[in-house]
Amino acid sequence: MQNDTIKARGLQIYREVLVQLNAIHIDHLERKWIGISILIISLLVGIITLDAFFHGVNPPSKVETIDSASLHLSKEFAEENLGVQIDDKGNVVVRMVAGRYSFFPKHIDVPAETPITFRWVSMDVVHGVHIPMTNMSTMIVPGYVAEITTSFPKPGEYPLLCNEYCGLGHNHMWSNISVIEKEQWTSKQNAPASAPKGGSANE
Amino acid sequence: MNNAAEKKLALSHLWVAFAAFIVACFMGEYQVLERSGLFPSLESPTVYFASVSTHGVLMAFVLTTFFIMGFGYYIASTSLKQPVWNKPLAWGGFWLALIGVVLAALPLLSGKASVLYTFYPPIVAHAAFYIGATLLVVGSWVWCAIMLVMFTQWKKANPGQNVPLAMFATAANALLWLWASAGVALEVLFQLIPFSLGWIDTIDPGLAKTLFAWTLHPIVYFWLIPTYTAFYVFVPKQAGGFLFSDEMARLAFVVLVVFALPIGFHHLYMDPEQAKGWKLLHGIGTFVVALPTLVTGFTVIASLEIAGRLRGGKGLFGWIGTLPWTNPMVLAVILALLMLIFGGFGGIVNASYAMNAMIHNTAWVPGHFHLIFAGTTVIMYLAIAYYLWPILVGKPLFSNSMALVQLWTWFIGMSVLTTPWHVLGLLGQPRRISTVVYNNLLTLSWKPYELMMILGGLILLGSACLFIYNLVKTQLTPLAGEFTAEIEYAEPIHAVGVLPEYLNGLMLWNKVIAVLMAISFGYPILQFFFMKTFGSSVWGY
Repeated sequence: MQNDTIKARGLQIYREVLVQLNAIHIDHLERKWIGISILIISLLVGIITLDAFFHGVNPPSKVETIDSASLHLSKEFAEENLGVQIDDKGNVVVRMVAGRYSFFPKHIDVPAETPITFRWVSMDVVHGVHIPMTNMSTMIVPGYVAEITTSFPKPGEYPLLCNEYCGLGHNHMWSNISVIEKEQWTSKQNAPASAPKGGSANE
Repeated sequence: MNNAAEKKLALSHLWVAFAAFIVACFMGEYQVLERSGLFPSLESPTVYFASVSTHGVLMAFVLTTFFIMGFGYYIASTSLKQPVWNKPLAWGGFWLALIGVVLAALPLLSGKASVLYTFYPPIVAHAAFYIGATLLVVGSWVWCAIMLVMFTQWKKANPGQNVPLAMFATAANALLWLWASAGVALEVLFQLIPFSLGWIDTIDPGLAKTLFAWTLHPIVYFWLIPTYTAFYVFVPKQAGGFLFSDEMARLAFVVLVVFALPIGFHHLYMDPEQAKGWKLLHGIGTFVVALPTLVTGFTVIASLEIAGRLRGGKGLFGWIGTLPWTNPMVLAVILALLMLIFGGFGGIVNASYAMNAMIHNTAWVPGHFHLIFAGTTVIMYLAIAYYLWPILVGKPLFSNSMALVQLWTWFIGMSVLTTPWHVLGLLGQPRRISTVVYNNLLTLSWKPYELMMILGGLILLGSACLFIYNLVKTQLTPLAGEFTAEIEYAEPIHAVGVLPEYLNGLMLWNKVIAVLMAISFGYPILQFFFMKTFGSSVWGY
């Protein structure tokens, strides 16, 4: 009974909308152009949506909170756990802390052509991090863990730059990352732990 | 119609807007010089970031808000042919906003508010900065209220008649701004002011960024609507023709206002405090809002073609040559559209969800918004000023040829400034840096582009000075003989019948906005109260 009245009301609104839409004058060229515009927009939206759903192409969006004021007491981001690690499943995980005005550790080596999961936290204010020419880009908001998984196809030395204003020393906030051939990286990892952990100064 | 009081009201607002503009132009040139590293004696992050913060606030908040208010008052009174409702209240709004600007300027200029115009916490500025900004916004709410009251009163007094297009657009902008500013108002009132005064110890930067993103997209449409209004209601007449379609113009404004609001998360694509589904939803909405701009481009070019052909233009492109290129408004619209095409393309890149990672917070972003805001939007503000000044001061424009040179140089300067800026972004240069200290090979490739930006800034500064000079001379030169000029609105080429209510009123659209806002911001804001979050304490800079 009530459903019927709702249905009837819906139909009535639909008809009214159609009548109202036809009440205005739209030139035939304009109709065509609107059609073309909608097609262009649908194409772009379609590509993005399909990529997101079927290829998992998404921006870093894992909502995970953390107390930025006590990172040193957290197990995960305590100083000795920072840098590159291989987890139980064999995935490369990089844990980094951003703080005015550097990224810690100051230098890391990662393998090329390997999916790498970065987990970034801030110990003070909002930072951003970008490795130019790559899609390793995320904001680092205090109170949240920014997680992003990507891989670097080309070996080389890359800078790692803060890209959100974080204070008067903002432009001094940077460090280095070396992307090295996969085999070379693996053998280096298996070598005795004589190489200094953490890394060298960069300035 | 004797509207001397309205003229004074409009002129006062516009002078505040352009005073902010010229000060900020000088700062802009200083910033490109400082950033280039050519002048070691200039280098100072303290001065640089105070300057960038002030430049951003003056251009994005003071120039725009005061221009929109002054323009709106004059449009309302001339298109509805009635005086501005409650003038003492309008002046109250003006003084409130002006006091707000002065209050915010004190900490900005003394380096106590170098938090940039996005003021992301937990970096905190002096409380006077937030309080001043709040007064500016409250002053603009007074304007919104007056516009909506005049709109409603006119409709009541003239049943069955169509609200003039110019007023429809202005009232739609008032509605847009009331909705848009609510986000930042919540952030400032409940987070930043109590935080900066020490009333609360911690705040959640994730919530603050979410509330700011609510405002951050529609605010650019708040700035853009006067430009589009001029496209539709002044340009066709100035070009010597007719508006191609009055109905489509209204439809474009409606879609613009409705879809500009629920899409702010494209500013948060790379942020960790919002999940991917919400970002994708806002991303799709971002593409929808490209539709009214595509329609506007069509209508404006079609209107120009009508004018060009009426003036004797033949053939496929012959009408372009016969357009009155020496009319500042017509020249400005052509240059504005050119910049809109390139700026719009850059905007599509920014909007493209995961692709945003390549350019997020790089120099590409200020390159983009200078092209589309300082380019497309502001060049029309300048053209509107050239058009309105003789009407407002009752004297002819001091120099039309100087105005043409000024508009051309603004376009050339903006191209020279923003092209290398975009390239720098693609080469990985972060935005908001005062010097380049990265010891890396990549950074060497940035140098030539930074030098080009100095030249672009210099051309723009010269152009801005010409603009102010022309306005001052127009106003101060004594009038010889008689001069009268009245504002003229373009006629549509097809007479408009009685419009359906959805193209003549805003009530329906207000409800649609409420539903869309609840969908797109409801959960993303509520989540901060459901999940375990950790606040941040105060940080300086």
